[in-house]
Amino acid sequence: MSRIGVAFEKARAEGRAVLVGCMPAGFPTVEGSIAAMTAMVEAGVDVIEVEIPYSDPVMDGPVIQKASDIALAGGVRTADTLRIIEAVAATGAPVVTMTYWNPIERYGVDAFARDLDAAGGTGLITPDLIPEEADEWLAASDAYGLDRTFLVAPSSTDARLAMTVEHCRGFVYATAIMGVTGARSQTSDAAPVLVSRVRQVTELPVGVGLGVGTGAQAGTVGGYADGVIVGSALIRCVLDAPDLGTGLTALRTLGAELAEGVRAPAR
Amino acid sequence: MSADALAATGSRPDAAGHFGRFGGRFVPEALVAALDELTEAHRTAMADESFRAEFAALLRDYAGTPSLLYPAERLSAKLGARVLLKREDLNHTGAHKVRNVLGQALLTRRMGKTRVIAETGAGQHGVATATAAALFDLECVVYMGEVDTERQALNVARMRMLGATVVPVTTGSRTLKDAMNEAMRDWVANVDGTHYLIGTAAGPHPFPALVRDFVRGIGDEARQQCLDQIGALPDAVAACVGGGSNALGIFHAFVDDPDVRLYGFEAGGEGVTTDRHAASITGGSLGVLHGARTYVLQDADGQTVESHSISAGLDYPGVGPEHAWLHDSGRASYLPVTDDEAMAAFELLCRTEGIIPAIESSHAIAGAAAIAPKLAAELGREPTIVVNLSGRGDKDVHTAGEYFGILGKEQ
Repeated sequence: MSRIGVAFEKARAEGRAVLVGCMPAGFPTVEGSIAAMTAMVEAGVDVIEVEIPYSDPVMDGPVIQKASDIALAGGVRTADTLRIIEAVAATGAPVVTMTYWNPIERYGVDAFARDLDAAGGTGLITPDLIPEEADEWLAASDAYGLDRTFLVAPSSTDARLAMTVEHCRGFVYATAIMGVTGARSQTSDAAPVLVSRVRQVTELPVGVGLGVGTGAQAGTVGGYADGVIVGSALIRCVLDAPDLGTGLTALRTLGAELAEGVRAPAR
Repeated sequence: MSADALAATGSRPDAAGHFGRFGGRFVPEALVAALDELTEAHRTAMADESFRAEFAALLRDYAGTPSLLYPAERLSAKLGARVLLKREDLNHTGAHKVRNVLGQALLTRRMGKTRVIAETGAGQHGVATATAAALFDLECVVYMGEVDTERQALNVARMRMLGATVVPVTTGSRTLKDAMNEAMRDWVANVDGTHYLIGTAAGPHPFPALVRDFVRGIGDEARQQCLDQIGALPDAVAACVGGGSNALGIFHAFVDDPDVRLYGFEAGGEGVTTDRHAASITGGSLGVLHGARTYVLQDADGQTVESHSISAGLDYPGVGPEHAWLHDSGRASYLPVTDDEAMAAFELLCRTEGIIPAIESSHAIAGAAAIAPKLAAELGREPTIVVNLSGRGDKDVHTAGEYFGILGKEQ
């Protein structure tokens, strides 16, 4: 059983999808991000996705980029991210880390895997690392028993889909739309098709990200996917708030709405 | 360099786009299908005689190539070397970049796509792309850092005159690297009908090889011109290196000529020992940026560091992966040239030859001046150096005027 698989098993037993909530490490501050992620857990978010802020996040839309810029301007370091992961993992919620590849290479792939394991992280989601370039990560994640989530997209060929999920452990990340992160008024028609294509080649749980921002959307996506991944909408709660306290309140409200959404799926 | 490494250059990169340990594809999965499509289109196009003929005709009839190889006698006398200038500044749009955009516009049409997007720093690649888009009747969107749209208002106007939409980029440091991020985001979202017309020999496979193939005519021409005009190959070839397309373009034909030394001159800004430079090879470290493993300006955590150069075209915190490989293999030498050295060379070329060079290209002139005495000592005679004069300096008149303090009514 993979580390994050426990969360998917539990949700499956309850007949619902897992709710994954994303927040950049160090946004708005190191302590503030721990408070935000803890609030998300308390509101019913099942899995916390900690994004390592990066200067050039090509897969992310304006909300995550702005939050990442704030975190970096505040001086957050990769070592801080590991400390945040440790603090959030202590709440009991599984913590998965989303990261662009250069910060990991710079830290040292094996060293990062070692320290992520020690911090209680479950593994990595790697938006700009495809399996063909991942030899070092494949070895390190095996050595430390970490999960690895590569992305699949509507444009992935059947052959690439099969190859990519073969290298995944824990869950598969299906990018629901061709585009960057950010809440949208409508989720994609391409997502259910992609999820069913993934299901034809793997037993692994499939998480769907990009575009979900409301409880109703979470319910819709939870109707066909094993995991509903929400980022920008949650981050905006903190980004748009006049102070952290207000932001945490908004975060709890949206977290609860999304948690209710995945429990009332439109199946 | 070893004979093996030399022998292998012709087949670089490998099928997955690697130049030794450099290059490859570090991209969102959503782009892989488009990169595969582009790889295949590039491969079949280069093997298609009618494509090559059409490209050659465009280069000749529209861009004005082959560009001259000009013996710069007064400059030669100053430098103590026989300097031959490859006059890419005389091409249509004023730089080597027209070769790349014409090639990629032809490919865009071949793939049945109707929209091109591009990133631009100072605006030169944006203007070149807008030019090709006008010629090929393609929709054109150019991403440009907000800081650069303010610094380069004239180029913004040029692009708009040519029918392009210029989108100021307000994220990150609001400069070239952020414009590139934004172009990638657009591409992910619109990949079906859009080609990302990248401006240099960087980015994910197949871009480094594809751009090199479209600009390699610079070196092919220069090599033949040397044989025709002086009956010999040069002792050295010099070019400036930002992303590195003009340098690869002129190097490529000479890579298998072991007696021809290859020199790439990076933007040393205020000095590579300061934090204000753009010298990714001589002052950076191994990393991943914009889809490829290469040398990158980055901090201890792998965050990209802002680059600096007086030349906007060299002001980029990465470098094409083939240059990283040519550096590692020892086949080419990379050296920094500071802002001040480049501007001294700029003035020298203006005054000796009546040619106003791009500040980018001035780095190559300055570099040639620096290596000339060493080469002369090594060879025991006057060396012959081919310098790629990659672009004209009209766009730099304001920057140079400020630098020399010659704007306004009084000097």
